[in-house]
Amino acid sequence: MSVKFTFEDDTLICRLQGEIDHHTALPIRLETDDRIESCRPAKTVMDFSGVTFMDSSGIGLVMGRYRLLSEMGGELEITGLSSNAYKVMRLAGIDRIASVKKGGIKNGDK
Amino acid sequence: MVTNEFKMSVDSRSVNESFARATVAAFAASLDPTLEEINDIKTAVSEAVTNCIVHGYKNCVGKIYITVKIRDKNTLIIKIRDKGCGISDIKKAREPLFTTLGGDRAGLGFSVMESFTDKMTVRSKVGAGTTVTLYKTVNGREK
Ligand SMILES: Nc1ncnc2c1ncn2[C@@H]1O[C@H](COP(=O)(O)OP(=O)(O)OP(=O)(O)O)[C@@H](O)[C@H]1O
Ligand SMILES: [Mg+2]
Repeated sequence: MSVKFTFEDDTLICRLQGEIDHHTALPIRLETDDRIESCRPAKTVMDFSGVTFMDSSGIGLVMGRYRLLSEMGGELEITGLSSNAYKVMRLAGIDRIASVKKGGIKNGDK
Repeated sequence: MVTNEFKMSVDSRSVNESFARATVAAFAASLDPTLEEINDIKTAVSEAVTNCIVHGYKNCVGKIYITVKIRDKNTLIIKIRDKGCGISDIKKAREPLFTTLGGDRAGLGFSVMESFTDKMTVRSKVGAGTTVTLYKTVNGREK
């Protein structure tokens, strides 16, 4: 599991790669919060297109970043969810707190 | 009728979460599941195993016992058990968004298990441990 960051035009892009579970979520969270705090981006994009597995730890990851960003007045966008990851996220009503880019969803929304 | 069975126990270390779900998925592979069914199984198992680690054995490392049975050729019965702290109010614990940990826990583990399987039962006793049983019928690519 890893995260790669790019920061351009006041937008922080976090490209997540690998499997997200309780074990891997902690280092991702620490690294991402570190970046958000140092860049203070207007917009943050969490890109899940490299994610091969995700359980409810992924929900916690998104909700936690959403809380941090809303304190700083930043917005959050989620892209690249696989149909499995989308199924998990939908249970949490993630579409209500972050903008979920449908175009980024692989394999359609089943 | 049970036609095939598999048992294992593993230490409640978070590094074993991926090992446990991958192993159950590998055993289920003989039923020729679709990719979506495999993902459903892995996701539900990951939730149950994580709960043993973060809740059941909150302050210690114990054993997680996993049994998988195949019944009537295509139904998986997956039992995941810990001998940890137990749950005092199961009904409450199963409610969406209920969590005793907070932080980055969403309180959606049981909801995920329920919606990714056909049926889930929870048995628990405070001080003795918790057993979650997941039922999943694998239709595969419609044989
Ligand atoms: N094996 C277990 N032993 C003891 N308590 C448990 C166990 N599994 C679940 N619980 C209790 O049930 C609650 C709800 O579990 P659930 O998996 O739905 O949410 P969570 O683990 O708190 O958060 P999430 O799974 O979304 O990260 C837990 O907060 C915990 O109090
Ligand atoms: Mg849980």
